[in-house]
Amino acid sequence: MKLLQNLFDSIKPHVEKGAKYEKLHTLYEGHRTIFFKPSITTGPKGVQVKDAADLKRVMFTVIIALIPCLLFGMWNVGHQHFLAVGVVDATFLSKFLLGAGQVLPILIVSYGVGLGVEFTFCVIRNHPIEEGFLVTGILIPLVMPATIPLWQVALATVFGVVIAKEVFGGTGMNILNVALTSRAFLYFAYPSQISGDMVWTYLGDQVAVDGFSGATLLSYGATAAANGTEMMLDLGTHWYAGMFDFWNLFFGVIPGSIGETSVLMCLIGAIILVFTGVGSWKIILSVFGGAWVMGIIYNLVGTNSFMLMPAHYHLVVGGLAFGAVFMATDPVSAAQTEIGKWIYGFMIGVLTVIIRISNPAYPEGIMLAILFMNVFAPLIDYYVVEAHKKRRLKRATI
Amino acid sequence: MPQTVHLNKGFNLPLIGKAHLEEHKIKQPDSFAVKPSNFKGLVQPKLLVSVGENVKSGSPLFYDKGSEDVLFVSPVSGEITEIIRGERRKIIEIRILSDKKIEYEDFKKYSKAEIYNITKAQALATLTSSGIWPSIIQRPFGVVANPLDEPSAIYISAFDSSPCAPDMAYIMRGKEEVFQLGIEVLNKLVNGNIHLNLDSTEIPSVFSGIEHVETHKFSGPHPAGNVGVQIHHIKPIGKNDKVWTIDPLSVARIGTLFFEGIYDASKVVAITGSEVIHPHYVKTYSGACLDKLLEDNVTDTNVRYISGNVLTGENVGVRGYLGHFDNQVSVIPEGDKEEFLGWMLPSFKKLSFHRAFGLLSFLNPKKEKVLDTNTNGEQRNFTISGTFEKILPMDILPTYLFKSIISNDYDEMEALGIYEVIEEDVALCEYIDVSKNDIQAILRKGIELIRNS
Repeated sequence: MKLLQNLFDSIKPHVEKGAKYEKLHTLYEGHRTIFFKPSITTGPKGVQVKDAADLKRVMFTVIIALIPCLLFGMWNVGHQHFLAVGVVDATFLSKFLLGAGQVLPILIVSYGVGLGVEFTFCVIRNHPIEEGFLVTGILIPLVMPATIPLWQVALATVFGVVIAKEVFGGTGMNILNVALTSRAFLYFAYPSQISGDMVWTYLGDQVAVDGFSGATLLSYGATAAANGTEMMLDLGTHWYAGMFDFWNLFFGVIPGSIGETSVLMCLIGAIILVFTGVGSWKIILSVFGGAWVMGIIYNLVGTNSFMLMPAHYHLVVGGLAFGAVFMATDPVSAAQTEIGKWIYGFMIGVLTVIIRISNPAYPEGIMLAILFMNVFAPLIDYYVVEAHKKRRLKRATI
Repeated sequence: MPQTVHLNKGFNLPLIGKAHLEEHKIKQPDSFAVKPSNFKGLVQPKLLVSVGENVKSGSPLFYDKGSEDVLFVSPVSGEITEIIRGERRKIIEIRILSDKKIEYEDFKKYSKAEIYNITKAQALATLTSSGIWPSIIQRPFGVVANPLDEPSAIYISAFDSSPCAPDMAYIMRGKEEVFQLGIEVLNKLVNGNIHLNLDSTEIPSVFSGIEHVETHKFSGPHPAGNVGVQIHHIKPIGKNDKVWTIDPLSVARIGTLFFEGIYDASKVVAITGSEVIHPHYVKTYSGACLDKLLEDNVTDTNVRYISGNVLTGENVGVRGYLGHFDNQVSVIPEGDKEEFLGWMLPSFKKLSFHRAFGLLSFLNPKKEKVLDTNTNGEQRNFTISGTFEKILPMDILPTYLFKSIISNDYDEMEALGIYEVIEEDVALCEYIDVSKNDIQAILRKGIELIRNS
């Protein structure tokens, strides 16, 4: 430890104010604080002791909560690959390693490019390195398909960090969720690599088995609605029997974005976030609730077989669970009042299902629903705060 | 008996070093000081003494330009040795070398019967000239009360819930009679009731027989003992309200002032904190220099000497002086060292309100801990939502209030309740803030903006 401290101490004179590389001071501080909790003490007045938690630890907690999704995602990429190419006896390890081989480069590009942008901004604008990207850097890969070209990951990360965050003033000031902004950018700029039926399963240079289709359940639904066929019967004809059974969907052994498929892993993450108090259970619960209620409403008015899909299926398909647990709960872009959180989450759930079923252009709706509600979160909070002020005023005049 | 107000929100900091209920005899400090900065809301203090003059306990040292009748006095008798000034000749400290005998300035004496029938004018005249007046605080804003006002209520918190707080029953023991006399005097000034707010778990005998007050009981974690929180649950104040608050010791001093005709600045102070060898109580006077209070009673050199508790106190140094309102000295280790991966490694020792990864103190919440002065992280923008709301037991949206202050939005500050809070009420918010903002300083800035608008 002493060695590392000495190393930092030896660099310090070169980056201090007035020295040759003073512009790099924030970079120096940023790296030192990763290894060492800084020696800053409290001021002469005000609190003399401070809570042990800081933003680094809070962000680290989110990363811990994301690890089940990441590991499962690696395995599932391999698993789906071997299913698609017809290798039935692949081992757990070979699936995991193949998936990791696909996922890790995406993760490295996301972190490398993202931190590069962050560092550049810190130096230019002379603000400390903030922890927000620690989480964004892992969220971006998890919402991408395993087949995404790496240059697109890089481009999306730059767009997300610059346009969604830095132009607003950095972590804590952004309006939109950064990772979802990155994904939305790709979705509209390069749709053929992030939507459709062919991107969700990594085939590599191998040929898929006869009858293979990479379609997700939601695209089955959209097709059934367009053709007027029975969606639930169509699912039964899937080339791989049992792929779209409810529990298979719940465990997430299906094609999809890297980290989003497994509801079970998302729920483990949710338990970590809720128990540690980092994520809001109100938001998570109300997203699921909103999606289910809207699913029921569609069931009641159903005019095609997609609308009649059992409402609870909405909770286990697509990215709803991942979005609810890790994206909607982003404290900066979410509603910040407690009542606002219920409304915000519920509306995300409702909008997700509306986009899924009623908008044929976008088979999955959670991304756009969250971004849309990010924009509305301040408005929701505004009305909640206004109501609070009115109540206060009433009480004061009695 | 009155109904108990149960407060669920809040947080008790379990710190090592609560004072044992025993009074330790010490050599009295040579030096005492009066600091105008202890009194909020002063316009411009004007000196009435110069270096070399002799004063008695109760002799005026300065007055404030904003309210010239109110005198600020010396706690002990002796000689003015130094007047420390800061920027633009602002008075920082007036230091007095004690003559160790305590001679008192004579004020008019009253018999008990006379005190019960005293007129408002008589009460005001003695209170303002004797040095006790500045202990009466006005809400909103937490500033020294204006003698020309007539408050609609006076609130007294009869317990202190802050970390390692002194036991109010212990420091007030034997003062029942003068406390009651103080209440009688205050009753002449208020157009309403005097509210005495008690800890529901145990009501000390010193407060149990007090008459002519309305009693309330409170239970729950800190800040249940903060008078601002109590007012919020008894009768919240708004823009046009004016109420006063006063601490129990000052009420007793009022009683002594009228009954014995002296300004008695003596107080029993709790010596607390993990770096104190024998945490106990000592008897001294307001404004005492800490050196003698802590002589041979501190473990280490790299420690911080705080007048007051660790949430609202001030780092004064070992040669610093006890604040006017403080009945407690806290000595804790300095945290001026780096810690390898200290932001990440799991720990049972680190105290946290949150349960973020690796912070395991919640498993044994009563276990007493050593806390140092490290901020445990760097300052950031507000990022996490909903935590301040979990800890402030008031119907206030703290995050929005703080943001309105940062953006200088007067209407928002008013509507969101700035009239109801002072620094001590939001101290826990500052403690738990993961973004490490100086919330008490932000709030004071807001209060001053509103006061001067």
